[in-house]
Amino acid sequence: MENVYLAIPLAPLAGAIVAGLFGKAIGRRGAHTVTILGVAVAFALSLVVFKHHVLDGASVHNAAVYTWGVSEGLRMEVGFLIDNLTALMLVVVTFVSLMVHIYTIGYMHDDPGYQRFFSYIALFTFSMLMLVMSNNFLQLFFGWEAVGLVSYLLIGFWYTRESAIFANLKAFLVNRVGDFGFILGIAAIVMATHSLDYATVFGQADRLAGETISIFAGREWSLITVICLLLFVGAMGKSAQMPLHVWLPDSMEGPTPISALIHAATMVTAGVFMVARMSPLFEYSEVALGVVLVIGALTAFFMGLVGVVQNDIKRVIAYSTLSQLGYMTAALGASAYAAGIFHLMTHAFFKALLFLAAGSVIIALHHEQDMRKMGGLRRYMPITFWTSVVGSLALAGIPGLAGFFSKDTIIEAIHLSEAPGAGLAYWLVLLSVFVTALYTFRLLFLVFFGEPRMDAHTREHLHESPKVVTVPLVLLAIPSVISGYLVGWVAFGDYFGGAIVVHEAHDVLGELAREYHGVWGFMLHGMMAPPFWLALAGIATAWVFFHWRPELAEAARLTLRPVYVVLERKYGFDELYLFLFAGGARRVGRFLWQWGDARLIDGLLVNGAARTVGWVAARVRGMQTGYLYHYAFAMIIGLILLLARYLYAA
Amino acid sequence: MVDWPLLSLLIWVPIVGGLCVLAAGDGPGAKRIALGVAVATLLLSIPLWTGFERGTAEMQFTEFHPWIGAFNVNYHLGVDGISMPLILLTTFTTVLVVIAGWEVIQYRVAQYMAAFLILEGFMNGVFAALDAVLFYVFFEAMLIPMFLIIGVWGGPRRVYATLKFFLYTFFGSVFMLVSLLYMYSQSGSFSILDYQELRLGLTEQILIFLAFLGAFAIKVPMWPVHTWLPDAHVEAPTGGSVILAAIMLKIGGYGFLRFSLPITPDASAELTWLIVLMSLVAVVYIGFVALVQQDMKKLIAYSSIAHMGFTTLGVFLIFAILQATGGTVGAALGMQGGMVQMVSHGFISGALFLCVGVLYDRVHSREIAAYGGVVNTMPVFASFFVLFALANSGLPGTSGFVGEFMVILSALHADFWIALLAATTLILGAAYSLWLVKRVIFGKVANEQVAALQDLNAREFVVLGALAVAVLALGLYPGPLLDVMGPSIDQLIQHVTVSKL
Repeated sequence: MENVYLAIPLAPLAGAIVAGLFGKAIGRRGAHTVTILGVAVAFALSLVVFKHHVLDGASVHNAAVYTWGVSEGLRMEVGFLIDNLTALMLVVVTFVSLMVHIYTIGYMHDDPGYQRFFSYIALFTFSMLMLVMSNNFLQLFFGWEAVGLVSYLLIGFWYTRESAIFANLKAFLVNRVGDFGFILGIAAIVMATHSLDYATVFGQADRLAGETISIFAGREWSLITVICLLLFVGAMGKSAQMPLHVWLPDSMEGPTPISALIHAATMVTAGVFMVARMSPLFEYSEVALGVVLVIGALTAFFMGLVGVVQNDIKRVIAYSTLSQLGYMTAALGASAYAAGIFHLMTHAFFKALLFLAAGSVIIALHHEQDMRKMGGLRRYMPITFWTSVVGSLALAGIPGLAGFFSKDTIIEAIHLSEAPGAGLAYWLVLLSVFVTALYTFRLLFLVFFGEPRMDAHTREHLHESPKVVTVPLVLLAIPSVISGYLVGWVAFGDYFGGAIVVHEAHDVLGELAREYHGVWGFMLHGMMAPPFWLALAGIATAWVFFHWRPELAEAARLTLRPVYVVLERKYGFDELYLFLFAGGARRVGRFLWQWGDARLIDGLLVNGAARTVGWVAARVRGMQTGYLYHYAFAMIIGLILLLARYLYAA
Repeated sequence: MVDWPLLSLLIWVPIVGGLCVLAAGDGPGAKRIALGVAVATLLLSIPLWTGFERGTAEMQFTEFHPWIGAFNVNYHLGVDGISMPLILLTTFTTVLVVIAGWEVIQYRVAQYMAAFLILEGFMNGVFAALDAVLFYVFFEAMLIPMFLIIGVWGGPRRVYATLKFFLYTFFGSVFMLVSLLYMYSQSGSFSILDYQELRLGLTEQILIFLAFLGAFAIKVPMWPVHTWLPDAHVEAPTGGSVILAAIMLKIGGYGFLRFSLPITPDASAELTWLIVLMSLVAVVYIGFVALVQQDMKKLIAYSSIAHMGFTTLGVFLIFAILQATGGTVGAALGMQGGMVQMVSHGFISGALFLCVGVLYDRVHSREIAAYGGVVNTMPVFASFFVLFALANSGLPGTSGFVGEFMVILSALHADFWIALLAATTLILGAAYSLWLVKRVIFGKVANEQVAALQDLNAREFVVLGALAVAVLALGLYPGPLLDVMGPSIDQLIQHVTVSKL
């Protein structure tokens, strides 16, 4: 199997290298063939791995591929850890990636950067696979930064657009803030265990839980809490949790396929995956779990609200992604790691679907993204419409579709949780259900229902997208429905085995599992619970305001003007960060440069020293007059002085 | 081949070759001879790597001949895991610099080429010398060709820059000479290895340490004696900047490892707070300063200072770790990280200066504002530039990551706050590197000059390609380099933890 493991990331990498370096030579067809082939191979092999480990119950594989370097006995390696968690991630990543690759043929059809785009997304797939397959912190960080890099390249794919190259710089830097915490977390782990290997580190979690670290003089902090919080800073960056969420909405400047693949289905879930992977550490820290839970719940609710007022179709979905990532994060905080990963999976399918459907709409409307200029598209684009309906119902959490199972599990789990802040978190994620349904169906009604609002010329040429676009939509719609039925196995069962560790006291999913009697019972129970009714209420509200009586939406906007403005300004995070960090850094830099370097060091010390030498020299030079009688005079004076001293001494 | 006096050849082949180039005069032959000599030297340095015995900290390829018997001065050469990689870096970079100057230099070509070859010999001498007088001779001799390179082929303010460069560095090394002579008076030997064993009192050690600090801190350069570097870089021709950043700065870091630490371990421990402070200021303060530069070369020069801060930090972490934990766990990680950072910075800063050179040759401006949207007309160049900028911001998979990662890992053994301040480079480094990329490379074509740009020619492609391979190779597989320096670093750590008092 080792060759299979190795082939999974290398196949897309090979595709990326060929398409990237020889893109001109092999042409467009060559580029998409070679990358799709690479990803298809990876997908097929991922299924093989899934069967081998999950279905056939093979034991966990944990071995190094090569040793990157050894310093002081600290082995820095590249290696694979393949267990059921990895297997699940492999299948999800390669499947969505494959769908996006195929879809891209249609979406990027007229783009001059066609080969480059394929090279990048294949490279992304490689990086993401390395991240999820890692068995150590070094490679995790590698994958972590590598996906960030490709995200940077892809957000700025249209590099002549000012907004795109602003967004990609912003995304990279905000992610770097997360990585800053992450690398410190890794450093703390190395300090405490002198190892980068997951298994070794997890094996010592028990010992770490008892140790402390002194950060502020005299105050001892629990070491494992510090480690977990630092690691979580990394997760906040990558998984766009408040307050490091600001990059994700702007990342929509990139082409839509990557919004689906990177900024919805896979890369942004890396943080969630990482925390789940680190469950043996997080379980020891109540504080860290509480922070994770509250941050996740806050993100889920407040980012969902912003989604309600967005008019750009992609931005609505982007805020929805933020909110759903909040759900996953909150699940982790409640120790319901399996539920978080389960939601990661279902969300990957239906969110990729929604993004790709949005992309289908966008190409049909010649790159128009403003929903106020859409409407009535269901008549022109039936496949896009129906798949969007599936995606929307799944996202809103309607029983029978994937999102319902995963989201309901998370809400129930948080309800049971006793982690710090669980009470607040429960209310936030519960209310978010209403918000989710509201923005999702607002989008659906504005885009597909009502009167067409685009200009006549565009309307005349409206038609369904080509097969390369619609087939991936349909293929993604299928798991958007059926993947939810795995809830009993993945979330409540023993799917993850030893990959995820939950302590007895936190085991909310175990508690839920005792009451779980099959999917039908779960659905029946769900229909009597508040989330379902809140979702229906959200849909109904959306119908009233954005379809039945659109003038009510306008009236509401005017009456609730202050709230609306706050939401539209996205709570002012962007302005604040621009002023404080971007502007502040430049102000500090200019101050240090002009006052520290130019005036103090160079002006006063360096050139000052030169001036002093010059000044002294000028004075001394004054004595060298060249007149013989001056020198003779000085000699006489000197002689008298010497004589005087001699006589005095005698 | 093993019996050849390899180190002597590495010193004298380029020097004699350089003299031949001078003799050949400004004909077309001069460049070819220069390239031949540079390549020959590179080839001669390869057996150094292949024949190097891993697993020992002993000096290798040693040569010993009496030189000035009356004062016990010897022609004594040898390399260990610390100096050998730096010699390879020198021979590699010199070839690239010769190629890079091929068409660009129109004026006194032979002298230009000769200066670089002679400089190469001197620098190899600095790294290989095991006798303090020999070291000092090479150390000072090195200044002359560089002085000429900046002074003759430099920009409009070259006179100010060369004087500043010369006086600054010369000022530092005078104190070093005094302390070398003092130690001769104590030991009766000029052997650096004897100095390392010489027992010295704490006051003596501190004075000697400060004298060395004067010499090496200016070379590195460390804050606050760094201001000569941006001026020198801005005025230097591209090749001069490359050699300056890639190799001459390393001599400072090398000096700390070869002289300060082993000769004055107790003073190093005593004053480690000062070095750590200066290094962290370099990382943070200089990071902010780099952010606001308008001139590409200045930006890269400041970024060099910040990156070299990691080297000095990594080298001196051992004492901070000793003081914090009482042990040396994590110290080798930092020291090796500092060493890797030196080699890596050699590649990356060299590459970035070459990139600026490529643009300067076409547009004749180093101002960031004069560019924008270069990717539209120079896509191949843009790929290289983005790669090197990312490497400069420490992206994993590139060499820039290795050293920073190891030093941050090591720093947390000493103190959380040292690690935290060091790790700010993740943000600051990315900010100034990628903001530069955004303004120069991305965007719409900014003006007619950018619109008229021609992409890389074959010569430029070879030079940048070679550096790209080096950056990626070291980033993906630093193991061999770590193995080479490991025993020497371990031995050094063992040596400095034993007090001389």
